[in-house]
Amino acid sequence: MSRLLEVDDLRVRYGKVHALHGVSLRVERGTIVTVIGPNGAGKTTLLGAVMGLLASSGTIRYDGADIGALPVESRVAAGLCLVPERRELFGELTVEDNLRLGAFQRVRRGERGAANELGEVYARFPRLKERRAQLAATLSGGERQMLALGRALMAKPRLLMLDEPSLGLAPRIVRDILRIIAELRETGVSILLVEQNARAALGIADRGYVLETGEVVLSGSAAELAGNPRVAESYLGLAGDRDQGTGDRAQKNPKPETRGQERVK
Amino acid sequence: MSADIVLWLVQDGITTGAIYALLALALLLVFAVTRIIFVPQGEFVSYAALSLGMLQTGQTPGTVWVLIAGGAIVAVLEGASALARREPARLARILAVYVAGPLAIAALARWGAAHALGLWAQMAIVAALVVPLGPLLYRIAYRPLADASVLVLFIVSMAAHYVLSGLGLVIFGGEGLRTNPISEARFDVGVLKIGAQSVWVAGASLVCMIALWLFFEHTLVGKALRATAINRVGARLAGIPAGLTGSIAFVLAAAIGAASGVLISPIATIYYDSGLMISLKGFVGAILGGMASYPLAALGALGVGLIESFSSFWASALKETIVFTLIIPVLLWRSLASRHPAVEDEEE
Ligand SMILES: Nc1ncnc2c1ncn2[C@@H]1O[C@H](COP(=O)(O)OP(=O)(O)OP(=O)(O)O)[C@@H](O)[C@H]1O
Ligand SMILES: [Mg+2]
Repeated sequence: MSRLLEVDDLRVRYGKVHALHGVSLRVERGTIVTVIGPNGAGKTTLLGAVMGLLASSGTIRYDGADIGALPVESRVAAGLCLVPERRELFGELTVEDNLRLGAFQRVRRGERGAANELGEVYARFPRLKERRAQLAATLSGGERQMLALGRALMAKPRLLMLDEPSLGLAPRIVRDILRIIAELRETGVSILLVEQNARAALGIADRGYVLETGEVVLSGSAAELAGNPRVAESYLGLAGDRDQGTGDRAQKNPKPETRGQERVK
Repeated sequence: MSADIVLWLVQDGITTGAIYALLALALLLVFAVTRIIFVPQGEFVSYAALSLGMLQTGQTPGTVWVLIAGGAIVAVLEGASALARREPARLARILAVYVAGPLAIAALARWGAAHALGLWAQMAIVAALVVPLGPLLYRIAYRPLADASVLVLFIVSMAAHYVLSGLGLVIFGGEGLRTNPISEARFDVGVLKIGAQSVWVAGASLVCMIALWLFFEHTLVGKALRATAINRVGARLAGIPAGLTGSIAFVLAAAIGAASGVLISPIATIYYDSGLMISLKGFVGAILGGMASYPLAALGALGVGLIESFSSFWASALKETIVFTLIIPVLLWRSLASRHPAVEDEEE
């Protein structure tokens, strides 16, 4: 079984508002899969449902087993981790405590490696080591992002889900973060990456999905998607107006010649 | 009012204030970790005090029945969920923990009642009887509702309070009990005669507070509880099980309640329904402290003890009224002083 995550017909609603209508998605082992789409498309909702933070219908199979009924902490124990859009750090605890708590279940299970892991996270993010005694609430935006990623790594994830890891970061740090994500793949971690920065995401991903208003409208290999004129226009900012927000529905009236290439599989 | 009366009232106020402070910490702890306003906190106090009283008069405390029944209910709940998840192997452990465990403690209590044990041994038996009630109550009444709103949890708390104090009337009867003090000694300090029990109360409260502080500052589990209080979603994402932190908070709350009950029972006559009043005063202390900081809550509770002591001297009939009226100006001041929008009510 090489598929680590199989999501089928996932539906989520907030009260009467349907945020996801039947999303299906696959993550193969050892690959990076990216989900791109405009604001409000349901990307964060998708990750929340897979993590178990939101109630959903449909099936979520992880490592061959249906995990739909498991609580969040059991999913974490199985190696499914989320770095959420809002980071959700423990502001009044120190950087080091935040990291240690990321390995909470491993320590309780009596795993030895948790202490080494801390060393590895510090090696990856030397900045966090410098700030180890500082309260998380006082970190800068970039440092918070590193801490959120570091905390997730402390749980030794097998599938790491990242919600906009580049949000609000300087280009150089974005590059660092993306490089780290690509390195993680080399160590066998599979990654589900949600990004506004579609160019960067498609640059490191193996496959991609385009989500619009709660539905997958396109999917394919990262290269195919990057070469798709419609993706290029709406998400890579190649054709048309560069300043156009990704949320604009430019794709509502695509140029006639791009029509035939939609829904690349 | 002469100086020695003032000193005497201060001593009295600090003694009861120390107990209120312990209860304020327990209430704050449970609220921060689980968002439960823990009305039945006081029942642990009265159960512990009355259990100790019964042991000292050679009777088996009725608490054993509550413990056995609570354990049996949890065994059924856990057993059903183990079967539903097709994990019958867990049944043996469930029976051992929730059925055999309470029976063993009950046997110990029965044996303890029949023998004239020392006070410390009796206190240990009381702790064994009362502390498990905390996590059992959590499992039965609150855990199934973990995601409910603060209001729903509060209503559950009220129900749990009535059930427990009703059971208290059944198992302890309507009469009050007072237990033997840890020591009858009195120390002369200047004009003041300080009872050794007061020193014990203040000392034991201090030890409990330091132990709590060490737990929260220096253990991973303690930090997991703080993390849960700081950011519930973050704690779940870090894999900290909400059921575990809730149970631990309730163990601590029950332990603090039991300690308070044992400490207060030689000073005051405790009835089956005395717990509510005592823990409400702890609650007033926590509110005076802003319901956010542990040291402020403890100070607030100490203040409640002092005010109560002085008002019982001046206007004995009105002492409860004075204590509870205190909340109003404090809440007014707090709501005026906080310019930013009201404390965020993180109801997902
Ligand atoms: N708690 C909520 N209650 C009601 N509606 C919500 C809630 N959370 C999200 N939504 C709605 O669901 C839709 C999808 O939201 P979601 O956060 O998943 O989008 P997103 O793709 O992550 O967007 P962004 O790129 O801006 O982060 C949006 O229309 C949003 O308004
Ligand atoms: Mg989002």
